[in-house]
Amino acid sequence: MKAKGIMAAPANTQGKFVRLLKKMWRFLPVYLMALPGLVYFFINNYMPLPGLVLAWKKYSTKKGIWGSKWIGWKNFQYLFKTQDAWIITRNTIGYNLVFIVLNLVLAVAVAIILSELTTKWKKLYQSVILLPHFLSMVVVSYLVYAFLSAEHGFVNSVIAPSFGFDRIQWYNEPKYWPFILVFVHIWKGIGYSCIVYLSTILGFDREIYEAAAIDGAGKWKQIFTITIPLLRPTIIMLVLLAIGRIFYSDFGLFYQVPMRSGSLMSVTQTIDTYVYRGLLERNDLPASTAAGVYQSIIGFILVMSANLVVRRIDKDSALF
Amino acid sequence: MRKSKEEKTFQIMGNTVMIIMTILAVAPILLVLIVSLTDNQTLIREGYRYFPKKWSLAAYDYIFMKNPQIVRAYLVSFELTAAGTACALAITTTLAYAISRRGLPGRGLLTFYIFFTMLFNGGLVPQYVNYVNMFHIKDTFFGLLIPNLLCGAFNVMLMKSYFVSSIPNEILEAAYIDGATEGQTFLRVVVPLAKPIIATIGLFAGIAYWNDWNNGYIYIMKATHLYSIQNLLNRIVQNINFLLQSSDSSAAALISELPSVSVRMAMSIAGVLPVLLIYPFVQNNFVKGITLGGVKG
Repeated sequence: MKAKGIMAAPANTQGKFVRLLKKMWRFLPVYLMALPGLVYFFINNYMPLPGLVLAWKKYSTKKGIWGSKWIGWKNFQYLFKTQDAWIITRNTIGYNLVFIVLNLVLAVAVAIILSELTTKWKKLYQSVILLPHFLSMVVVSYLVYAFLSAEHGFVNSVIAPSFGFDRIQWYNEPKYWPFILVFVHIWKGIGYSCIVYLSTILGFDREIYEAAAIDGAGKWKQIFTITIPLLRPTIIMLVLLAIGRIFYSDFGLFYQVPMRSGSLMSVTQTIDTYVYRGLLERNDLPASTAAGVYQSIIGFILVMSANLVVRRIDKDSALF
Repeated sequence: MRKSKEEKTFQIMGNTVMIIMTILAVAPILLVLIVSLTDNQTLIREGYRYFPKKWSLAAYDYIFMKNPQIVRAYLVSFELTAAGTACALAITTTLAYAISRRGLPGRGLLTFYIFFTMLFNGGLVPQYVNYVNMFHIKDTFFGLLIPNLLCGAFNVMLMKSYFVSSIPNEILEAAYIDGATEGQTFLRVVVPLAKPIIATIGLFAGIAYWNDWNNGYIYIMKATHLYSIQNLLNRIVQNINFLLQSSDSSAAALISELPSVSVRMAMSIAGVLPVLLIYPFVQNNFVKGITLGGVKG
């Protein structure tokens, strides 16, 4: 009996292996279906990864990435010695923090209003405020230009004379841009960001509200004692996930909307625009890659930590 | 139930807020539309207004009748959107289906392989060097089509979770036992059941391709006949900036040769027109898609 058991063990594992192969053979067409997508991700996302070594090299076009000379941390030292690293980090995080807070407050407010309105127009409201989300940033930059153009823009030629203030050279005055960019971001994104909150609210049990109404709770009281507390988990998840992405910025917003005006750089340059300019304008690939590595690594750590926290609170809401 | 006074005030306030937001959402688009329909001399004299003195269709006449480059860019945009959406759907659907199959050996590993691309990426420069040096897509149509837009981890995951939750494994097993090949099962059973999610992902991909200016900006350098309408709009901004910054005396002359403001605004209206036209029909589907993605969106 004992000997038989020992003898059976290898046969058993072999059987398992054969079974696995058979199963894989059965699923062969499924693997083939997955193949184009897998190859695409390999080319688009995995093949570039070794190229990150460029951040530690002195790039020469002739020698390519692999032939270029190793220079250690010099590119990073260069990046952090200049004001650039500080400015791009400050702008990226600063704008994102403002975006997160304002987006949260406004999106929740709009979602609550839309959920409580009784008019049949509310569908229309929702559709129209979502519309800007579908415009490309290039087009948005033209829309903004129609208002802010120094010579003919609506603000300078209609609003300024009627309210009696001077014409402003919008594209040369950095002090206005934090407000403009925040406004444009909210304008474009509010319809999108209220969708998830709205659908969550619509999923709440209406009986709670009816019970509260019978107990004499008015609309405002219902909102603050029922809707917002019930929304809390959703809010926490969305905010944490946004914090995880705090090192990334909407490249189009910061690059296109200010029309790439050089004099606005101090308030419009973010990590993403810095990387782009390094590649397309300054042709400084190693510094650009170094900034990219900086972003990828800190971004990765932030996403992982945010996700860890989300997992602790509610496993189902975590990314993984 | 009797409407309380508080309820009435809330309704009035809520409607007011939403009406203001609705106006704010469309006002800029309306201004650009009106500018594009304003006589160019009037624009220079009065600035951009909602109620111009003199209207004109000259800008549209120019972009659609007189300037072959703009018409071509428009066609490129349509071709790119059609080709891109079709390819993206084919790749995303098949991949999502594969990793949704219960019992597929290595399923978890494949899922992680896709998911990881959402967590970490090499950034712009290594990707650029890879595409340009290894695949030579610079100044080709592939430069517009392939980088980043063809298949995204987010869309794959969205579709996968739809397959897992809406297509019971029993149906697939039943098809297998009935002797259907995997290909037949996919085309005759899975695709018809997945129509809603295919429509949603198709919409995401279509919008992404139509609105994309990034790929054209990075990968199209000399082949200006491959500019999409977005790239052409982008290029005009670039040229204006370049001319404004150059101290060359000939710059002033060149500026006057640039398309007039009304033409530029007409081009951007042309750039959003297809989106505006399909918007009423697809907007519901879009909202459903986002809701499906839930907080993970």
